[in-house]
Amino acid sequence: MSAPHEPFAGSDTTSGARDREPQPDLRTWARDLALGARFAVSGREGWTRTALTAVGVAMGVALLLLAAAAPAMLHTRDRKETDRTPSVTATLQHPTPGSLLVADANTEYHGRDITGVLLRPEGPAPERPPGVEQLPGPGRMVVSPALRKLLAASPLLRERIPYRITGTIEPAGLLGPAELYFYAGDSRLTAGDADNGGNADRATGFGRGSSPEVLGPVFDLLLVMVLVVLLLPVAIFVGTAVRLGGERRDRRLAALRLVGADIRTTRRIAAGEALLGALLGLALGSLFFLVGRHLAPHVTIRDISAYPSDLRPGTGLAVLIAVAVPAASVAVTLLSLRGTVVEPLGVVRQGVGRPRRLWWRLLLPAVGLALLAPLFGKAQGTGHINQYQVAAGAVLMLFGVTAVLPWIVEAVVGRLRGGPVAWQLATRRLQLSSNAAARMVSGVTVAVAGAIALQMLFQSVNGEFVTSTGADVSRAQVHVSTRITDGAQTAADVRRLKATRGAAEVFGYTQSEATQGGASKLKDTADAAYLPVVVGDCATLRQLARITRCTPTSTFVVPPPGDFGDDLARYARPGMRIDLNPPEGSGYTGTPRLWTVPAGTPTVAGRTDPAGDKEWGIFAAPQALDAARLRAPNAQIMVALAPKQPDAIEYVRNTAAGFGIGTYVYELSNTHAKSQYTQLRRGLFAGATLTMALIGASLLVTMLEQLRERRKLLAVLVAFGTKRSALAWSVLWQTAVPVVLGLLLAVGGGTALGAALLAMVGHPFRTDWPEVGLLSLVGAGVVFAVTLVSLPPLWRMMRPDGLRTE
Amino acid sequence: MSIGHTLLGLLESGPRHGYDLKRAFDERFGHDRPLAYGQVYSTMARLLKNGLVEVDGIEPGGGPERKRYAITDAGITDVDAWLRQPEKPEPYLQTTLYTKVVLALLTGRPAADLLDTQRAEHLRLMRELTRRKKSGDLADQLICDHALFHLEADLRWLELTAARLDQLAKAVTS
Amino acid sequence: MTAAAEPLLQATALRKSYGRTPALDGADLTVRAGEVVAVMGPSGSGKSTLLHCLAGIVQADSGRVCYRGRDLTAMSDAERSALRRTDFGFVFQFGQLVPELTCLENVAMPARLAGTRRRAAEAQAAEWLARLEVGEIAGKRPGEVSGGQGQRVAVARALVGSPRVVFADEPTGALDSLNGERVMRLLTDAAHDTGAAVVLVTHEPRVAAYSDREIVVRDGKSRDLEQVS
Repeated sequence: MSAPHEPFAGSDTTSGARDREPQPDLRTWARDLALGARFAVSGREGWTRTALTAVGVAMGVALLLLAAAAPAMLHTRDRKETDRTPSVTATLQHPTPGSLLVADANTEYHGRDITGVLLRPEGPAPERPPGVEQLPGPGRMVVSPALRKLLAASPLLRERIPYRITGTIEPAGLLGPAELYFYAGDSRLTAGDADNGGNADRATGFGRGSSPEVLGPVFDLLLVMVLVVLLLPVAIFVGTAVRLGGERRDRRLAALRLVGADIRTTRRIAAGEALLGALLGLALGSLFFLVGRHLAPHVTIRDISAYPSDLRPGTGLAVLIAVAVPAASVAVTLLSLRGTVVEPLGVVRQGVGRPRRLWWRLLLPAVGLALLAPLFGKAQGTGHINQYQVAAGAVLMLFGVTAVLPWIVEAVVGRLRGGPVAWQLATRRLQLSSNAAARMVSGVTVAVAGAIALQMLFQSVNGEFVTSTGADVSRAQVHVSTRITDGAQTAADVRRLKATRGAAEVFGYTQSEATQGGASKLKDTADAAYLPVVVGDCATLRQLARITRCTPTSTFVVPPPGDFGDDLARYARPGMRIDLNPPEGSGYTGTPRLWTVPAGTPTVAGRTDPAGDKEWGIFAAPQALDAARLRAPNAQIMVALAPKQPDAIEYVRNTAAGFGIGTYVYELSNTHAKSQYTQLRRGLFAGATLTMALIGASLLVTMLEQLRERRKLLAVLVAFGTKRSALAWSVLWQTAVPVVLGLLLAVGGGTALGAALLAMVGHPFRTDWPEVGLLSLVGAGVVFAVTLVSLPPLWRMMRPDGLRTE
Repeated sequence: MSIGHTLLGLLESGPRHGYDLKRAFDERFGHDRPLAYGQVYSTMARLLKNGLVEVDGIEPGGGPERKRYAITDAGITDVDAWLRQPEKPEPYLQTTLYTKVVLALLTGRPAADLLDTQRAEHLRLMRELTRRKKSGDLADQLICDHALFHLEADLRWLELTAARLDQLAKAVTS
Repeated sequence: MTAAAEPLLQATALRKSYGRTPALDGADLTVRAGEVVAVMGPSGSGKSTLLHCLAGIVQADSGRVCYRGRDLTAMSDAERSALRRTDFGFVFQFGQLVPELTCLENVAMPARLAGTRRRAAEAQAAEWLARLEVGEIAGKRPGEVSGGQGQRVAVARALVGSPRVVFADEPTGALDSLNGERVMRLLTDAAHDTGAAVVLVTHEPRVAAYSDREIVVRDGKSRDLEQVS
């Protein structure tokens, strides 16, 4: 009963000598592990414990398998993307039997991206993109199954993509089942090699080009962090799951010692118990994964979906998981028993009275930070980051949080004094077993810390995306850019848009370029001046420049905003002649189209247009310069939407789709980005909540176990007339104190990790405190819910039956 | 142990010859010490003289062994008083107590009461010894403890017997 | 000896079953102020249940428990809890001290539950520990003291609130003879000094010998030996 609690007394010294017996052979191991496995399934308590362990391990295994499948999945996506990219070459000047003309017809519908490729075969044996059985003829298209469904349900979209559907794209040509993709035959395509007129590129086929960079370093960073943040609490949960029912197990082991088992045997038996749970978990986890894989087509995250067949963990990684998880369960058990001496008459825990040391606990996050520090500022643009380094750094920082937690709990709890009886009971219990308390909340702590860091990163990355466009959505919400053959077309397009349902205001101008008057005589056309030309009505020009007085014959010179050279100042002064037929490529073609900048043309300051750009150059009202004279013009049209018209932007897109090939519609409103962010945040919350529910379940089991241990004591306290509420409060304090400490630490650690991540992507430090508070609340909520759920059993245990059973 | 009371108690179930009495006594109580004939006859003579038994009849043939004895009302009262009277708690009481319990069972008297009475008597003495022990010096304490442990043993025996009374009744009356 | 005194606690015709197992089947018991009543009987006879019913820890299925004229069986749980806090004290066989609290804090707890301020409660507790000859272990935790010392701490805790009745369920059950006797002597002496009655459940005759009166419980029925003879 009153065994001495001397830290180093006991087995480690004595057993060291005693254990110098011959190494146990394989049969001994097998026997002891089997015995342990039998204990694991004996009785209801045994089954409950094993089932909990198994479910916990299964969650971990399923996530690990998913993580193991991710590289292969990304690789497959990459390869598929490469395989279907048209091989456009500049060198192919003439059609061949296999060549085709291609142009993209991407659009967007209700916030979802639709990729469209327009094709026109040039020869008798055109190449086919992967997944397409037969190229669609003119006016026909093949579509992905998801797009077919969407088109069937959305007449509005069908109006925009009117081609007749003649086939389906096979999975080989799609990155995922949710992808919206189509190939359409279009006879309007003309090759870009014809002088000025072409609207399409010539491709020799598909898949022979280089892969476009799909994933940037920020995406890598996000991916790594999501995996770390979701997997780490699971790992911790697996660790605690294997330790579930420790106290009862210890008593069982003590009983085994009494009948003659030596220390090593008892440890092997304990390992056998854990091993069975882990093996069941492994099987269950594989099942979860296989079942979950078939649900993959129904899951779309950030427009990304995957085929079950693409989710295939690498054999090596799968084998590694199958071996490592059971091995880890045995290792964790043996490790957790190291500090415990199982004697025949009971269990003595070591380390009581030994103050915890802080330095190595702080070393973990310090090393983690040191790993992340060299990457500061590296994860932006097209840079490359070492994902393993990021993962290791983040894992160490988060592990540091759990390592520091016991120290903090001990340090804080040791200073708690006085208070009412309930508080005293709780604090004294915490003082005596701060370790168990810290272990109980470490999972929640890590989950919250990780979620905070990830949330900071997401929000910051998202924030930049939205603000960097500089668009002024109060002036216009849609930007239509279309290639036109005749400058006069702009006015027609504007008229059509003005007649569109949902368009409140439309500004359109024709954009082209010019060069200096004597360019045709230059030896080297590379020296030709670059003089942008903008032709639009006065209302439109006022959107682009600070113009006060404007008539239909007005002209203006708008200086460039930054360092664009002094071409404009040198060649576009009033009275000078400029050439509206600038050279393209290496030589001057055609004849000069000269135009004189009218005398008295004022120089005015530019103004940011609704899309966030600053146009500059020579601005002219329609009667000052005939837009039809411009070479390779394009129309830029800004549309302000009627706020109350639903689907206004879709109507605009439909109208714009009629402008012909080479028309692009950009949504200036940032609501699209926001909705994606919300979706991501929701996903993150869902993941974190799921993890916490898992942790909550293990918490509940631990807590009930502790209560059952104290059944007799509770009954005695009730006999003394202790109020139930007092006992309930003591249970609540007992969890609340470590939880509050854990959450404070999580906020600190999570913010620190978040700051490090932000430094990596080169963003300023910024936290969304309400968000942090919400995440912490979720964590606290889990623990308090568990406490609440454990109250009815507490009431039951406080019945005097506890006094009866000895 | 009072042989007279025991024989009287045996007679309560019906008149018996002296020889029968001896046999019944030996069977139930005389495990290692059978009763001598002489002791039976002398005891019966004393009881006869005191009017606790009477001669129920004499078998033809004469001789003292031919007498059949029956218990009188006075005899029954005497047995009753004896059984009710707790024994003075002292060591090695078991034989007497056992005899009393068996006789009580045989004669249909409440054997449990008998045991409880005895138990109360034992505990009364133990209380007294405990009180003496509390106020006494070490020698007193040790002497009292010796007695207490013996009394405790008896009391435990009483408890055990009480717990097995049903079993014993079955064995005795069968 | 104290036959003239008013009954302090009186139970009549108590019946109580746990599931289908009857624990008490018509038990009676009277406790007068200041007396020590031993409740004896074989294991499973219902003596602990009788004690629990008397103390208002367990509600009997039928029968009455009167404490100073108030019927415990008609009280609410809160009222009975309050009564236990103020008027009763308890000693059990083992496992009754809160392992995290020091001995002093353990003893002070009933007084604190009854509303005494911490310092005052701990001062009283220290006094009682000294009286039970365990003053020197006040700052230790129950796990660090011997069984006999722990049991004396428990006795101190039972007596600290000056209860009118102390319920002791096998208080010496886990102790050797010497320690058992010492605990009993201290318990009965202290109860005598404060005028507390003691209901003592035990199966040890030598422990029961510290009582003034004995009740035997068999098969859920009680028997007052005073009344048999």
